[in-house]
Amino acid sequence: MKSVRSMVLVSSDPVSMERGAAQVYENLKTEIETLGLSDEISLSMIGDVGRHDALPFVIIYPEATIYGPVKPENAQYLVEEHLYKGRVVPELQASHKELTGKIAWVNARKGTLPAEQRIVLQRVGIIDPENIEEYIINDGYQALGKVLSEMSPRDVIEEVKSSGLRGRGGAGFPTGLKWGFVSGTPAKKKYVICNGDESEPGTFKDRLILEGDPHSIIEAMSIAAYAVGANEGFIYIRGEYLLAQERLKKAIKQAYDYGILGEKIFGSDFNFDIHVHSGAGAYICGEETALIESIEGKRGEPRARPPYPTTHGLWGKPTLVNNVETLANIPAILRNGGKWYRSFGTPSSPGTKVYTILGNVNVTGLIEVPMGITLREVIAIYAKGMKRDVSFKVAQTGGSSGSIIPASLQDTPMDFDSFQNAGVSLGSGALLICDENTCVLDLAKVLQNFFKKESCGKCNPCRIGNERAYQILENISQGTGTMQDLDDLAMISKNLFELSNCGLGQTAGSPIRDILNHYRAEVEAHIRLKVCPSGVCPMSGKRL
Amino acid sequence: MADMVTLKIDQQIVTVPAGTLIVNAARKAGINIPVFCYHPKMEPVGMCRMCLVEVGYPQRDRVTGELVKNEDGTTKISFAPKLETGCTTPVVEGMEVRTTTEKSNEGRKAILEFILTSHPLDCPICDKGGECALQDLTMLHGPGKSRFIYDDKKLFAKHVPLGEMILLDRERCIQCGLCVRFQHEVVDDPVLHFYQRGRSLEIRTYSEPGFDSIFSGNTTDICPVGALTTVDFHFAARPWEMERDPSICAHCAVGCNLIYNIRREAKSGGKTVIKRAMPRQNEFVNELWLCDKGRLGYHYVAAAERLTQPLLRKDEKLVPVSWEEAYQRVEDKLRAEQVRLVTLAGGRLTNEDLFNFHQLNQSQNGKAVLYSQMAGGDLTAQIGLGKGSNFSDMGKGTAILVVASDLHEEAPLWWLRVKQAAQRGAILIVANARPTRLDKFANHVLRYEYGQEAATINALLDGKGKDEFTQAAKAFSEAENGLVIYGSDGLGLNGSEQLVKACAKLLVERGYYGKPNNGLLAVWDKPNIQGAWDMGFHPDRNLKGTLREADVAMIAAADPAGDNPILAQALEETDFVIVFEMFMTETAKMADVVFPVQAQIEREGTYTSGERRVQRFDIVLPHIEGPKSDYQIAAQLGRLMGLSTEDRSPVLVMNKINEKVKGYQEITYSRLAERAEQWPLISRADSYYAGTGYENEYGVGIQISSSADRGEELSLGTLILVEPQEEVATGIKVVPVTALYDRGQLIQPSQILAKRLTPQVLLMHPVLSKKYQLQDGDQIKVKVAGNEIVSGVKLDADVPQDVALVARSNGFPISSPVFVQIQRLVPEPEA
Ligand SMILES: Cc1cc2nc3c(=O)[nH]c(=O)nc-3n(C[C@H](O)[C@H](O)[C@H](O)COP(=O)(O)O)c2cc1C
Ligand code: SF4
Ligand code: SF4
Ligand code: SF4
Ligand code: FES
Repeated sequence: MKSVRSMVLVSSDPVSMERGAAQVYENLKTEIETLGLSDEISLSMIGDVGRHDALPFVIIYPEATIYGPVKPENAQYLVEEHLYKGRVVPELQASHKELTGKIAWVNARKGTLPAEQRIVLQRVGIIDPENIEEYIINDGYQALGKVLSEMSPRDVIEEVKSSGLRGRGGAGFPTGLKWGFVSGTPAKKKYVICNGDESEPGTFKDRLILEGDPHSIIEAMSIAAYAVGANEGFIYIRGEYLLAQERLKKAIKQAYDYGILGEKIFGSDFNFDIHVHSGAGAYICGEETALIESIEGKRGEPRARPPYPTTHGLWGKPTLVNNVETLANIPAILRNGGKWYRSFGTPSSPGTKVYTILGNVNVTGLIEVPMGITLREVIAIYAKGMKRDVSFKVAQTGGSSGSIIPASLQDTPMDFDSFQNAGVSLGSGALLICDENTCVLDLAKVLQNFFKKESCGKCNPCRIGNERAYQILENISQGTGTMQDLDDLAMISKNLFELSNCGLGQTAGSPIRDILNHYRAEVEAHIRLKVCPSGVCPMSGKRL
Repeated sequence: MADMVTLKIDQQIVTVPAGTLIVNAARKAGINIPVFCYHPKMEPVGMCRMCLVEVGYPQRDRVTGELVKNEDGTTKISFAPKLETGCTTPVVEGMEVRTTTEKSNEGRKAILEFILTSHPLDCPICDKGGECALQDLTMLHGPGKSRFIYDDKKLFAKHVPLGEMILLDRERCIQCGLCVRFQHEVVDDPVLHFYQRGRSLEIRTYSEPGFDSIFSGNTTDICPVGALTTVDFHFAARPWEMERDPSICAHCAVGCNLIYNIRREAKSGGKTVIKRAMPRQNEFVNELWLCDKGRLGYHYVAAAERLTQPLLRKDEKLVPVSWEEAYQRVEDKLRAEQVRLVTLAGGRLTNEDLFNFHQLNQSQNGKAVLYSQMAGGDLTAQIGLGKGSNFSDMGKGTAILVVASDLHEEAPLWWLRVKQAAQRGAILIVANARPTRLDKFANHVLRYEYGQEAATINALLDGKGKDEFTQAAKAFSEAENGLVIYGSDGLGLNGSEQLVKACAKLLVERGYYGKPNNGLLAVWDKPNIQGAWDMGFHPDRNLKGTLREADVAMIAAADPAGDNPILAQALEETDFVIVFEMFMTETAKMADVVFPVQAQIEREGTYTSGERRVQRFDIVLPHIEGPKSDYQIAAQLGRLMGLSTEDRSPVLVMNKINEKVKGYQEITYSRLAERAEQWPLISRADSYYAGTGYENEYGVGIQISSSADRGEELSLGTLILVEPQEEVATGIKVVPVTALYDRGQLIQPSQILAKRLTPQVLLMHPVLSKKYQLQDGDQIKVKVAGNEIVSGVKLDADVPQDVALVARSNGFPISSPVFVQIQRLVPEPEA
């Protein structure tokens, strides 16, 4: 790869494209060529992080200056000033308020925010994800080379075990242990699946990894396959993530061209193929057995367990299913060792965690920080405080695997065990931060509505229980609830947990359980006093 | 024998094979765990959560792996923190299961409460009411009342037809998935699916016509609620009002066991009528299933045009006479000197009828002719399926060769059971001139040209020829057990004879006979063809000549004149024709004497199935005034001729049969009524477990031994083959094949099947149709043996390019391969 003086990135998400990003790109290109800078400057389009309104933006490295919104007619001036003359153009710079987490991080490198710890997002937003060479130059495929030439599958599993890495898909299951289960089965044919279905409300971390650093997933899956004895892998990507699918397919093709996928990889006896499989809009397909059914071409419904995928997975063969973020940690762990990984985070939950911050805070977006940081720190430092300084009331950690975190727990370290001990869970890594104007009953209703809609319908308690729970919440929010309803809610919550077939149903009762545990007075006010203390619920007096 | 494990269920010690699911282990111990979505014939899915129980596993020391003991020396059991589904969890040694703890009772109650809040509870107008799993389990385990009083029951149109046979009520559906899984897993007709998800889940059919499956009725048995019901039984009666009578299906050679539910009703003028047919468990024959022809094809009994009085030809007209007069007339004829008597019997007659007819015939030195186009009943009696054979036992190690048979159409239940044997690992070789529904499950598919059936089997014997032949030949010869199933696809009697000889030779050379799960199996086209062979009737290659030369022809359960104009002509030349019939058939119209006979359901008797299982059936309906059983009439005639033929009861006829007929020594009516232990253990009392099919309280029948089983010397005759003569003829070669829904006498009265009847067409390949400038849907005039018939044309790229196919018993007088001339009919221009 040639070395360049400057790297220019243009955002290419749908909003940017609509606002003329392609023309911005073209104009920049023409201008760079006109000025004879083509050899010194690389220009590419990159995906986007999340919502903000400085689109389209242009980032110029190494200074990490962010311009936005940039219009096509600004291109000429920008190239002349910044790239030719070396002068920043303040009037085109994006204002800090509009920055997303990703861009916030870019600024952090310039010293305006405390540094995050980036392992998973190491290259996201820095390299051109469509260029394998940029990945390789940034330590890419080093770990795979090392694994294939120097390590036995057992060594690899030991290294992962020693890192203490735990699954980032929601349950926090020790990754090395899972790899050990799959490698311990005698089957000849095994599969590795990367779970990129990511449909928990408010979560989009996996998307950024897939879009921004697709080769890291290919590398991690190859390592995993080598360790467990698989020779075929699937990446299951949420249907709406078109860019991620495209990038992955491109990356896979490049990897084949470079001999990194296919037969006799790096001259070893190891063969590995990867297929990309698109989801079709069902949240339940993130559950690993439903995901497997879906790949097999069936209705995405969770299987009865046991047997577990580790012994009876895809087409009945032992299968390793790992989340995107879990896998994205793997290359770094094998490059630097499990011990290095343990230097981040807490003893029971080593490493970092990617969070997507959203809600009533000043800065929303994506951060990667060590495990064990507290919610108070996240809000104060990364989210730059609550919007309009309204005080923090409650957070939700994302979808079915997450839970409602009352303000009283904002000093609890965010790691698997501390959260579990406090009776809540980390979930998928979304941090929906709500202020005092939020009604917890309304929040629970929104979540219950999600579960009701996404229940696959296979089992009775979830199919019908969610509907009933939603109806009761709806009645309470209309001011027509009764105290008996609260007992019924508790009963449904318990039955969902006890009787459901899969994780969706089993955790679908937790919002109700959590609001009854932490905010009972507020819920009772809806019933006894017929008022919504936050003034959110309609309280129309109607009953379902 | 599988490894056995011992466990404790509710304080009972049970020993069952390893891998048994908890629900089934419990059932063995007489403990009924409630289920909705589980069915013992399907893979468990754990959807409904009704079977949740507490499960404890013997605790092991983490370090040493040793079992941890309690102080009293017993093994320590650690119970799983949550309830587990008994339908998906296999038992392990030392397990302890508790099915009636507070926790599991509460779980069940909650599940029922949830279901009931979404259920219409319109039991009073529900066809399932009274035999409904949801009703039964609610009474046993449900909450007395619901805590959820929302007015949001799902509202859908009631009883929507899924095709003409099955109705769907989506409000009642509890989404157990049994119907979908049955259609996909068991019968491979994936025409039902779930649509949408969550509470919007709905059953839909995606086929044209709707619910296109010949096994669809079974879903109404296994549906735990009244969501799927048959049009046939819709609003017809309540289960508790009906009586049950056991019978045997008369539509094919499988001999499915069934129950007819009957009731006396005002609606039918105070008469007793059949309200529906239901499967009766026989794990040796039909397991828990019926095909739709068997289930819906009983309406012919009620058909109005039954004959009730003997008829005698007087002045060229058939007029009603007394039995005495009719008998007298026949006696006179038979006593005339040197009459050449021919007795032509059909495969719908019972063993008792056939035995008496044969006695009578023999006393007059008559010729006993079986009205059938298939050969080989003598060979199946000698080296047929060995005693103790059961498709359910076939799997790895067994090779099954199916030749010249579209089993799915000819014998649906065998198709199902062969398919399942193949899925269990049996080597399946399918040889046919055209693709069939069995190909998909075959290890080897062999194609030949119509006419090359015997040659194909010979090629398998030699192991020479094309590659797939040598591979199939090898696979067939290397198995532990081998059986050959031959049918009549494209064959007439000549071809059938060639074929069965070749099959017999193959089996004998490979040693596949005289033991269970080995031997020869014929896919007869009538329920009792095997019995007819055993009683001494054989088909006649020159039936035309035989009839023509006869002085007296006795024809029972056969309509040669209706089937074939050539035979009608032959009969004109017969001096005296005696017909035994239920209806005024073409043959009866030509008769000199017609005796009205009883239908199968009005009388007792036995059939010998293709698997040579003798099974008895009971009187289901009181017979209508007038007709008698064939065996009675034959016996009366016999007595007039001085024989001691038995006319009092079929039971007594059977006592004679077992003295005289080889293989039938052990058959008596009381032995036929013996039950056998069957798995799964089903019962109407808890129909939530396996559906509303009936347990078998009436006997599973007896499979008779073959000569080879008995160690007798075989007389197979010469199995050397005569090369089939190449027929030189002009025109299109037409071959007969069997269609399940044909236009046979027994099926036509079932209106419900009318739309599914096989079209009356010549089925041909587009290449062939092009040669004659024909198109799909054209009408043609077909000249066959001097007759002209109008037929349709249907194109099918799957059939061979040089022949046309026509369905038997479908209004087309072709029962063996023949060359025909055709001419396209130009439709009259509309005025
Ligand atoms: C309803 C439901 C949805 C899930 N969705 C996802 C998902 O979108 N992505 C994911 O990685 N895991 C999801 N999971 C968790 C997976 O089942 C599985 O545990 C995970 O992919 C394992 O990966 P890990 O060990 O790397 O965490 C979901 C689980 C449930 C019950
Ligand atoms: S718990 Fe819900 S999502 Fe999971 S299997 Fe049951 S119905 Fe489907
Ligand atoms: S399905 Fe059962 S419970 Fe439902 S209406 Fe019919 S009889 Fe009643
Ligand atoms: S129709 Fe009957 S068998 Fe089918 S899913 Fe519904 S309840 Fe179950
Ligand atoms: S879950 Fe076991 S019977 Fe339905």
